[in-house]
Amino acid sequence: MSMLRVFDIAGSGMAAQSVRLNTTASNLANAGDVAGSEEAAYRAKQPVFQAVYDAFGNSPNVPVAVTGITESNAPVRALYQPAHPDADADGNVWVSNVNAVEEMVNMLSASRSYQNNIEVLQTSKDLLLRTLSLGS
Amino acid sequence: MDDSLFGFHAIALQHRADRNEILARNLAHADTPGFQARDMDFREVLANAESQSPLRRTHSTHLPAAASGAADPALKYRIPMQPSVDGNTVETDVEQAAFAENVVQYQASLQFINGKIRTLRHAISGERS
Repeated sequence: MSMLRVFDIAGSGMAAQSVRLNTTASNLANAGDVAGSEEAAYRAKQPVFQAVYDAFGNSPNVPVAVTGITESNAPVRALYQPAHPDADADGNVWVSNVNAVEEMVNMLSASRSYQNNIEVLQTSKDLLLRTLSLGS
Repeated sequence: MDDSLFGFHAIALQHRADRNEILARNLAHADTPGFQARDMDFREVLANAESQSPLRRTHSTHLPAAASGAADPALKYRIPMQPSVDGNTVETDVEQAAFAENVVQYQASLQFINGKIRTLRHAISGERS
């Protein structure tokens, strides 16, 4: 029954998009973080999506997988704040490289894709139920 | 196909369900880099279903022919109207339109089958409709 695979596919899409929403939430929450060194500064995180094919490249359902979380390599900004307890020898603290505009766009895109998957699930469920009640 | 009661509609329903899955896959991969959207050439699928009988196995240990999947010639790659930089060819609006179209056609097939069942019921019970 191929219609049942729709639930796997759309479900994997929803799971992947919710990972994306989570990273966006964590990026936005940490947008103002400062750290004592350039290395320790918070860097914006982003999930990597991938289509999962089987060994023959023709698996009947191709779910979405999150294969990893990458960190943005945009430069972190130095902020001169000698009074800050974490300031380094030069009096600098390092601010995270989160770009709030980028994150808002990501959030909107993720939530739209999530809604799309829900819509697909709902419609397919309705079709399946109608198919089950054939002849009644 | 030998199923003469539902005939064409049963085959069509099966392929509509397959197409539903393919379109759901496209929509789920709207943000996957490099994913290539696919769709089913329905005319070709039906032509194949009408002209080809399934391969007959002459020995029980023979492997069955692969079921429909990526190797299916009727499964085509979508040509994007606005290609994106990451190689993803899913266009959500196009896919949603195709999905809606397919849902309506699936329901049409269901209606036809329902009609057949109703006709048969009348014939069995001998009621006047």
